[in-house]
Amino acid sequence: MKISVIITLKKDVLDPQGKVIHQTLDGMGFNDVNEVRQGKYFEIDTKETDNDKAKAKVEEMCKKLLANLVIENYKIIDQK
Amino acid sequence: MKSSVITFPGSNCDRDINVALKKFGFKNKMVWHADVELPKSDLVVLPGGFSYGDYLRCGSMASKSKIMQSVINFANSGGMVMGICNGFQILVESGLVPGVLLRNKYLEFICKNVFVKINNKQNKYFKNVDNEVLEFHIAHNEGNYFCSNDQLKEIEDNNQIAIKYCDENGKIEDQFNPNGSIKNIAGIFNKEKNVLGMMPHPERMIDTSLSGEDGSLFFKNLINNLK
Repeated sequence: MKISVIITLKKDVLDPQGKVIHQTLDGMGFNDVNEVRQGKYFEIDTKETDNDKAKAKVEEMCKKLLANLVIENYKIIDQK
Repeated sequence: MKSSVITFPGSNCDRDINVALKKFGFKNKMVWHADVELPKSDLVVLPGGFSYGDYLRCGSMASKSKIMQSVINFANSGGMVMGICNGFQILVESGLVPGVLLRNKYLEFICKNVFVKINNKQNKYFKNVDNEVLEFHIAHNEGNYFCSNDQLKEIEDNNQIAIKYCDENGKIEDQFNPNGSIKNIAGIFNKEKNVLGMMPHPERMIDTSLSGEDGSLFFKNLINNLK
């Protein structure tokens, strides 16, 4: 079973990379952008076949390693 | 006095700190990250470098390595643990000191000498250091110290800020903050002050022919405080 995780920076954490990407987009003519925040995306292929159990395990992974909860939020996404 | 320096895959200041510790009288042992047991030590040092290539977040992989459980137990029982640069990043990732280290504010790798002001001398690291200001070297890409407002309040209430970036006279201002750290923080303690994490490298300041002597001052004082 495949489970995906998206890690994003919390709202009040400065994201200088996102800012530079925003400026670059602006320079390229994409002038409608309000803000860019950069994050991380993971695909985890697990042997677990039970959807709830797999998600619970991935949540544990997020808390223990994938995300640093001081600055990041995680979101677990179902996959077919 | 016995010290141990942990070598992780990608550590590159482990030999420098080994030289520094030995120069000032420590009997130092190098310890491999995959070892389980920590040798009997009065001081454990997590060195600078790029453990695990800075994958995921700096220090995150190293903080989960086998030896770290022993280091955490050692710290929690009052043992002296010092993390320098990447070692500081490993300390925050392992939860031994609060906060995180973000990418430098202006997205540049910074390699230069800086001045830091000692903020708290009521601990074994800085007790009896005569100077208020020390000149150390920094070399990092992720040294921008950050924590939540609640954490910052707790850190300040417990007097956990160890050193702050300043000018040569000890003036703490934004313009002397190289990387965007909250409150110019260059190093912090855990609550009990036996764990110290800092971005600057005192081990690069131990030889007059290469650098200043403020690192020598720091290590001489440290070994005396541990005796």
